[in-house]
Amino acid sequence: MSTVTVTLKKQPELYFEADLITPDQFAGKSAEEIGAVEISEGKIKYPLSTVATIGGAPGVTAAETMIVLNGDWSRVKRIGQQMTAGEIVINSNTDMYTGGWMKGGKITVNGDVDSFTGIAMAGGELMVNGKAENHVGCAYRGDWRGMTGGVLRVTGSAGNDIGTFMRGGTIIIEGDVFIHVLTHGEGGTIIIKGNVEGRVGGQAVKGAVYVFGTIKYMMPGYKYVDNVEAEIDGEKAVFAHYIGDLGERHPTSKNQIVFANLYLKK
Amino acid sequence: MTEYIIKNGCVVDPTQGINSQKMDICIKDGKFVDKVSGAAKVIDASGKLVMAAGVDIHSHVAGPKVDMGRLFRPEDKLFRSPMRGKNTRMEMGFSVPSTTKTGYDYARLGFSFVMEAAMPPLEAAHVHEEIRDTPIIDEGAMPVLANNWFLLEYFKNGEIENAGAYASWILNATRGFALKCVNPGGTEAWGWGLNCITIHDKVPYFDITPAEIVAGLMETNEYLRLPHSVHVHANNLGNPGNYTTTLDTLKLAEGFAPNNDFGREQVMHHTHIQFHCYGGESFKSDSFESKSKEVMDYVNSRKKLTVDIGQVTLDETTTMTADGPFEYHLTHMNHLKWSNVDVELETAAGIVPFVYDPATFIAGAQWAIGLEIALFAKDKDRCFVTTDHPNAGPFWRYPRIYKWLLSAKARNDVIENQLKYGGKVIDRTYIGELADKEITLYELAQMTRSGVAKALGLKDMYGSLKTGLAANVAVYDIDPANLPSDPEQYEKAFGSCFAFFKDGILAVEDHEIVNYSMPKKTVWVNSIVPENKQVKRDIRDKFLHSYTIALDNYAVFDEHVHNPYAIKVDITS
Amino acid sequence: MSEVIKNVACPYCGACCDDLVVTVENGKILEVQNACVIGTEIYHHASREGRVGSPRMRQPDGTYKDITYDEAIDYTARMLIKAKKPLIYGFGSTNCEGQAAAGRVAEEAGAVLDNCASICHGSSFLAIFDTGYPSCTLGEVKNRADVVIYWGSNAAHAHPRHMSRYGVFPRGFFTNKGHRGRKVITVDPRYTDTARCSDIFLQVKQGHDYDLFDAFRMVMRGYVDDVPEIVAGIPKEKILEVCDIIKMGRYVHIFFGMGLCHSDGRNHNVDIAINLVRDINEITKCTIMAMRGHYNIAGPGVVWSWQFGFPYCIDLSKGSHAHMNPGETSSVDLANRGEVDAFINIGTDAGAHFPIRSFEKLGSRVPMVTIDPSVNMAATVSDVHIPVAIVGVETGGICYRMDNVPIQYRAVVPPYNGILTDEELFNRILNRMLELKTEGIECDGKWEYAKPLPSLIPVKIEPEA
Repeated sequence: MSTVTVTLKKQPELYFEADLITPDQFAGKSAEEIGAVEISEGKIKYPLSTVATIGGAPGVTAAETMIVLNGDWSRVKRIGQQMTAGEIVINSNTDMYTGGWMKGGKITVNGDVDSFTGIAMAGGELMVNGKAENHVGCAYRGDWRGMTGGVLRVTGSAGNDIGTFMRGGTIIIEGDVFIHVLTHGEGGTIIIKGNVEGRVGGQAVKGAVYVFGTIKYMMPGYKYVDNVEAEIDGEKAVFAHYIGDLGERHPTSKNQIVFANLYLKK
Repeated sequence: MTEYIIKNGCVVDPTQGINSQKMDICIKDGKFVDKVSGAAKVIDASGKLVMAAGVDIHSHVAGPKVDMGRLFRPEDKLFRSPMRGKNTRMEMGFSVPSTTKTGYDYARLGFSFVMEAAMPPLEAAHVHEEIRDTPIIDEGAMPVLANNWFLLEYFKNGEIENAGAYASWILNATRGFALKCVNPGGTEAWGWGLNCITIHDKVPYFDITPAEIVAGLMETNEYLRLPHSVHVHANNLGNPGNYTTTLDTLKLAEGFAPNNDFGREQVMHHTHIQFHCYGGESFKSDSFESKSKEVMDYVNSRKKLTVDIGQVTLDETTTMTADGPFEYHLTHMNHLKWSNVDVELETAAGIVPFVYDPATFIAGAQWAIGLEIALFAKDKDRCFVTTDHPNAGPFWRYPRIYKWLLSAKARNDVIENQLKYGGKVIDRTYIGELADKEITLYELAQMTRSGVAKALGLKDMYGSLKTGLAANVAVYDIDPANLPSDPEQYEKAFGSCFAFFKDGILAVEDHEIVNYSMPKKTVWVNSIVPENKQVKRDIRDKFLHSYTIALDNYAVFDEHVHNPYAIKVDITS
Repeated sequence: MSEVIKNVACPYCGACCDDLVVTVENGKILEVQNACVIGTEIYHHASREGRVGSPRMRQPDGTYKDITYDEAIDYTARMLIKAKKPLIYGFGSTNCEGQAAAGRVAEEAGAVLDNCASICHGSSFLAIFDTGYPSCTLGEVKNRADVVIYWGSNAAHAHPRHMSRYGVFPRGFFTNKGHRGRKVITVDPRYTDTARCSDIFLQVKQGHDYDLFDAFRMVMRGYVDDVPEIVAGIPKEKILEVCDIIKMGRYVHIFFGMGLCHSDGRNHNVDIAINLVRDINEITKCTIMAMRGHYNIAGPGVVWSWQFGFPYCIDLSKGSHAHMNPGETSSVDLANRGEVDAFINIGTDAGAHFPIRSFEKLGSRVPMVTIDPSVNMAATVSDVHIPVAIVGVETGGICYRMDNVPIQYRAVVPPYNGILTDEELFNRILNRMLELKTEGIECDGKWEYAKPLPSLIPVKIEPEA
């Protein structure tokens, strides 16, 4: 794997949008061509080379390309948007949409991320060594097809709307979250290691949520069925198993109604 | 004013019996003329096809439910909108395009006139606002009337003169073009969460049947001598086994004769008939079947009927119709979001996104049925290409439909390579029987130009290259003398015309939109009837007691109608 | 000679009552009949002393000096071109013609275009994006509804004639007993004046409407036994009683207000309400409607949807396409995050309505233009204030009622001092922008035109003579 290192030298007055900083865009390009990749601030588009120093060289394909981002990227949106392969390591905080619509490859953020991280993610691995804001792994507005694949891990806490309209893949939040987990879910798995304020699995059709901490306000539409023992994310535990949301529609499979499942550590 | 000459093109114009003749088309002062001076700007059309601009009889392009379709589907824009062009404004949306994209795309297809298919009278001002913001194309709009309380009462009592006086008032108040009938009676029943499935189901409270409503509308239409016939979307749309309802509805036309001065020969136009030609009892492949042949056999035998196809394009799209109960039915099938607007005393509308997935049997079968209708039609002047935009697919897919009709190869390619259940589709439909059938460019011109204009009663305005008419003409990169062997060329050429004139003004030049600021008309029918005191009193009464807006604020103010063009029809003289 | 103008539509709330009778004489309004007290006041305001009759620019000492429209338009056009990401926000009191013209300006400027829904029923839009909107026009409620629910909405105060014209009292075609034939249910954390007019009041625990909706949906789906004994502070038996009323109704309608869209969870409170409506439709007829605030706050959502495909929070800065994602492209978030560098406040008062910390970030840092007939809080800290004609009083135009029915407004008096309408103003700003662009003015984010305020303390201004 070949590595390109991009060090941000100039901060925006507003915010930068860097949807073109992906292995897909960098692969096979010369240093000059990478320098010409556009990064925008409102209406103005700058060549990347005017705001950052660029070192190293990309691989021939995205899969052979690693991008390391140094400097302060906390006012930069859309890093890794729609990437399909390769790797990005960000040694900084980032702004919104980090790893949005990503299909493959790996992003590691050594810092905090803002909202819409991993929005409508379809594959790959997104690792946040820090905390996240709202709408982690959620759907774009109006789309009934939210996160469909991949693994999204946040080591810190997160806000609300985790995995809204989720259909597949896994989200792990190691800290606490506020409200709305797997709302409108139709698949996928969400693991919360910390505590949740409430609204877990509201309007969920299918999918699974594991909560290791507490849920302050349980949805009325979840019904306790049994206790199960399981090993989740390397941790073995006994969980109280609930099904729901009883207020939502549910498909049937082999004459059995399929519910969303909520597992709360005992 | 600038003169133009479209030189050496290969012209197809069914209104003059011209079939692929090399000739020049001259334009002066916005009209077709016999000759122009040497100063005329030359458009070199050698090796290209020249046709009158297209005419769309049924498309949902402006108004409250179209706009709700835009509003509630942000995902229809995300990564699915073209980037803004050099000379144009932003164009947003895939299945429900913004007004700018609507105007531009129709121009790119070479269309000059589009009929908005359903205008709720109460919200007519909204339709006209959108028409103002839709560039290039002329438009008209049809007020929806088959569930209107006034008309239900007049039809119940057999008061056709009163119905006529009211319908005439509505056309004037809304600046509307024709009488639109959607799910007669069923949409009023939807006010109570109910529906009318057959033409003999009674409408709750009003105690009238869909059959009586459709017949009443036809009688009213001919009494008013309107340019267009009644425009019908029958009961029971989209349901397996509905073809009997369709035939029952079509047969209602038997008692009526066309009565107008516009050269229109039909008394009923049945729209998006693909959705109405289903047999069987469920959508499963062991039950569902095509009944297009049965329906088209009947249509072929009756000159008083015209149809448009409502072709499924196998896209993710947005369905929207004044057939409120149908949309409710649909949202229960696909579990996607559902919008609905019941409009007081008048109509309703429902909107649901829908994916015509070629990996399902039913989408393949619906795709086949639409094409069968077009191919079965004997008289191509009575069968028109539409997608019931955006219901069966977006209108800018028309070129793809042309390809499927012009090329058996293209059609068979879909069955073999795109449909997951192509074999089952052949089993359950007639598409296999039609495997070799292709239409000609002349027939295509009938189905998209001359026939459509005639059915709308607008043959003296659109769909023809006759001298003296407004110069609406398109030039395509197709050489009729040397038709392309690759059917994709049809889709490409018809999707981006080489040149397009709107009222003699060059709108598209060398495939690029070069002008979109020319005046565009709102075509409406100024119907004049004898004074009718009872109807006046009835109108005052309903506004006093039932409507929530004042009578004086109901009719669209003149200042809100953009560049109106009135077609006057006076039955008092 | 006084003149009586009938069937005038009211420029106050989303109920858009269009039965006002206004008496005028010599361009002054003498009397307003049929309007509520707030609507009446808007008309009298137009004839009152102290109107601003000319654009004004703030001077270094904080006072304002009259300038010409040409100067104000030039300032605004330059600001829009030069800023990297200008924000144009407001439009609660603008007609659709003005909103459409503003759309053209915003596209040319590469601005973010947003309206008051952003801080009001915007979260209802988010719910509509996710779940749809099974609604109706207000006449359907009047003519058919026998069960009417006001949820998180105090119509008695916010929409004073709503209950008498549409929701509770009117005698309609199938509802000729008026309120005696209707069951009215109010759900609110407070015992409001709307609750006082209701047959049943459910005092929901603040912030727990979502849970209560879930319980209602469980009942509709037959999971009665699994409903907890108390949900969101409401006993199960009360929930079942209300569900029975709903199920027995011929036509059920829910009006919801900011109690849903501005408590925790926001859009999801509305989204689950809409899903309840879907459920009820399997049993009986049911529709739902947002109690939109201003008389034409539905307008920009309608107009910009046909122009750009989105109702609000429209980021046009990319030039190639429009982008919308509330939370990022919403005015308050843009202000909080420091993501815009110029601000037009039009037909609203961001100074009064935004969180003060957000407004401070705009007011003290970026050039600001206020376009409004009145001197409001935002106008007092703007670099330029451009007065425009009052819609519904001094100019007509189309406005969309809360049910998206277009209402055609009328002018009853001519514009004060010949001031421009919103549409005329925006058209002139657009023309000036096109001229400046041909002169070579382009976006460079340079600030020489801006006069940031050291603080947001407004300077007291004496009314003009």
